[in-house]
Amino acid sequence: MNISPEVPLNDTLSPSSGLRELLPPLTEHEAVTESARCLMCYDAPCTHACPTHIDIPKFIKKIHTGNLRGSARTIFESNLLGSTCSRVCPVQELCEGACVLGSEHKPIAIGRLQRHAMDHAYSKKLEFFRPAASTAKTVAVVGAGPAGLSCAGELAKLGHSVTLFERRDLAGGLSTYGIISLREPVEVALMEVAMIQKLGVRVETGRDVGTDPTVTELHEQFDCVFLSVGLGHTPQLGIAGEEYIIDGLQYIEGSKLLPSRLRVGRNVIVIGAGNTAIDCATIARRLGAERVTMIYRRTENEMTAYPHEYDFVKREGVAFWFLAQPVKVHHDNGSVKALECVRMALGEPDASGRPAPQPLPDSNMLLPADQIVKAIGQHKPSIAQLLNLRTEKGFIEVNDRFETSSPGVFAGGDCIRARGSASTVMAVQDGKLAARSIHQRLVNHG
Amino acid sequence: MADLSITFAGIRSPNPFWLASAPPTNSGAQVHRAFEAGWGGAVWKTIGAPVLNVSNRYGAWSYGNQKMLAINNVELISDRPIQTNLREIAEVKRAWPDRAVIVSAMVESKPEAWRDIIKRIQDTGADGIELNYGCPHGMSERGMGSAVGQVPEYCEQITGWVMEVAKIPVIVKLTPNISDIVMPARAAVAAGANALSLINTINSIIGVDLDTLEITPNIAGRGGHGGYAGPAVKPIALNMLAALGRDSIVSGSGLPISGMGGITTWRDAAEFLLLGARSLQVCTAVMHYGFRIIEDLCDGLSNWMDEKGFATISDVVARSLHRVSDFKDFDLSFRAVARIDQNKCIRCDLCYVACNDTAHQCIDLVDKNGKVIPPSSYDQRSNGKAEAVTTRPSVVVRELDCVGCRLCYNICPVEHCIQMVELPNAKPSITWDQLSKQQAEVTEDWQQMEQYRRKMGIRIH
Repeated sequence: MNISPEVPLNDTLSPSSGLRELLPPLTEHEAVTESARCLMCYDAPCTHACPTHIDIPKFIKKIHTGNLRGSARTIFESNLLGSTCSRVCPVQELCEGACVLGSEHKPIAIGRLQRHAMDHAYSKKLEFFRPAASTAKTVAVVGAGPAGLSCAGELAKLGHSVTLFERRDLAGGLSTYGIISLREPVEVALMEVAMIQKLGVRVETGRDVGTDPTVTELHEQFDCVFLSVGLGHTPQLGIAGEEYIIDGLQYIEGSKLLPSRLRVGRNVIVIGAGNTAIDCATIARRLGAERVTMIYRRTENEMTAYPHEYDFVKREGVAFWFLAQPVKVHHDNGSVKALECVRMALGEPDASGRPAPQPLPDSNMLLPADQIVKAIGQHKPSIAQLLNLRTEKGFIEVNDRFETSSPGVFAGGDCIRARGSASTVMAVQDGKLAARSIHQRLVNHG
Repeated sequence: MADLSITFAGIRSPNPFWLASAPPTNSGAQVHRAFEAGWGGAVWKTIGAPVLNVSNRYGAWSYGNQKMLAINNVELISDRPIQTNLREIAEVKRAWPDRAVIVSAMVESKPEAWRDIIKRIQDTGADGIELNYGCPHGMSERGMGSAVGQVPEYCEQITGWVMEVAKIPVIVKLTPNISDIVMPARAAVAAGANALSLINTINSIIGVDLDTLEITPNIAGRGGHGGYAGPAVKPIALNMLAALGRDSIVSGSGLPISGMGGITTWRDAAEFLLLGARSLQVCTAVMHYGFRIIEDLCDGLSNWMDEKGFATISDVVARSLHRVSDFKDFDLSFRAVARIDQNKCIRCDLCYVACNDTAHQCIDLVDKNGKVIPPSSYDQRSNGKAEAVTTRPSVVVRELDCVGCRLCYNICPVEHCIQMVELPNAKPSITWDQLSKQQAEVTEDWQQMEQYRRKMGIRIH
């Protein structure tokens, strides 16, 4: 890896960049007083709401007693990527949303307390787990995002020999490339990768499964395979001038890894209203765009961004055009001038269960812009075809044990998320549960 | 508006609140400011034998987000020259004729030393004298303070010396560091004291520093027991106050009692009055928040008295004292059960775990279909706010099995969510005292007890 995982947290961006982590770390005093507010519910709803079921009252009380080491261990036992999750989880929809104090009071700041314990563990370079005695079993994990790292780490703890193949130059998946620095600095993701490596996982970056290694090699060299490849490229809108539209994930990637070279327009349009679109609009504003407008063909009721994200981005000064669908990019020799949209109206529910937007005749309008970014979801994973796996709505189909239609090949994370919303913490849980199934298979096929 | 003024052993005070003899009454300037803030009286920090103090003299016990639930100290009596104290006492009394100025004293256990200090205090024009028989640290090693209070004979003898020369009311301050608070109180009565006050501070060690392994607070590598006071000691003080009120000799003497020990709010104050205190002394709360707290002490007490229809402090004093009883006089047929208001319940399940692990296993987790389920019985794959909140079971008391221990009531974080509901007396009232007189065998033999229970329909869960 090129970027040192030793870089201290929060210290790589200048304070003026606007991309520094949005929430400051809690001070010792803040953490202790906040943790004292926790009622320590029994069989707590926050723990139920957490997809990885971290024993939240337990780690919070340990913060209160000054046992930060024990607190971090409690988190890691359920979730090896607790540092990323403490930053990127939609806590309003999960643990904090379920907090019993939420109804009349302020819920406990669970995410920030978890970050406090995690930052302690990483800044003190604490180690919690040692791999069990080697089982001489080999597992290939394909894709080093949260699901892959989680699965690889859990398997390594159990003594299996794990190789993690990653197509990109850096491991970490969306945590490294796709979550804006305001929420998670790249160093946080890379420190987690380093921690997984310390558990004995070989991380091989720059290796694209299919060509290197080939599918045959994969099957021959490994007892089991776990696919955590995430999703593919952003789909085409199929409109004229689309080649001048910037891909949202690349936009975010630029803001994370090379912010000084990222070109940000003065008048930016973001197409889409999901989590990534919100992030694109946020960095455009933070990096100097005077005007940022999000275009969505349905209304705020159908958008997939969380309510707290919508509130946040409005406070950032981002404008919205609902019920508008792009039809053409107007440009002058590649220099974007405007986005032509048609007004829409909501009709009958479509396959997604949401009302289908229909274009209104003769309602075209021209929205001036000097930069257009699209974040309208991602293509389904193509590896399913490569490995000849059954799919469900284009996603890799798995059974209750996360096993695909090909025995010994397991999958988890965004690439199997045919139902429900994709998130980092769900991917971590997939990886953890899949690791248990893989372990069982490896032991049973002794 | 209720009349808060009192006359305590002849000492008049516009309200019952006095600063206790302690750091807040260390100097004339402080007492001036306290009186400006509205305090009814002040018991001057103890004057007497020469002393020297040390640093790190106060320790504190904090819990959760609450700082200083209790303070402990190894500060001695006043370390300022006695002439300075006497001059300032005289000045304060001249400036504040309507306030109670009482001087706490402690000298070597010699008749001449006591007679001398009493005369010098009387010369200041002070309204009364408090004899400090309570200081548990330092002074006691020199045969003063609690070394006197812990031996009723000494207490009686020294009080006798004082009473020979005293022309103003004398209050004897008792130490709680004794097995029966009534004994030194009776000694003071026997010696002719005019009033009693309690409690002084309790022997304590605040803790040990887990980094240095030194005692907290650390005094050049050492530490030791200090006097413990503040909100945490209030229940102990209330019990000792009630013990004096229930003793026929002490209460029969008619001596008024000045109550103290953890009084922080007007609510605490009202409780001390209800159990028999006729004036109230405050220290730790003032050391935490300053003299300004007198405003709500008076305002809150006055509003409460108006609401209750009490016109004067005397109307309140000892009103609840007759209810303090021994276990043997409790009605064994009295039954109450816990009832949970499901609309108020926030489903923290603290009552469930407390009852299940440590009390009488009579709270169930009940799902939406009315089925009793074990904890953590959700599918490990379920998650999210909606799932966690909507599938959470209710906590339900099995009233037949509930012994009415009141643990759940005590820990429930929601006001008025769990109530202890009194059940109609199905059986005739009987106390242990009556039972042991009427059916002694039942109270002495387990088999007889079993038979009695069966006959009376008493189930033990």
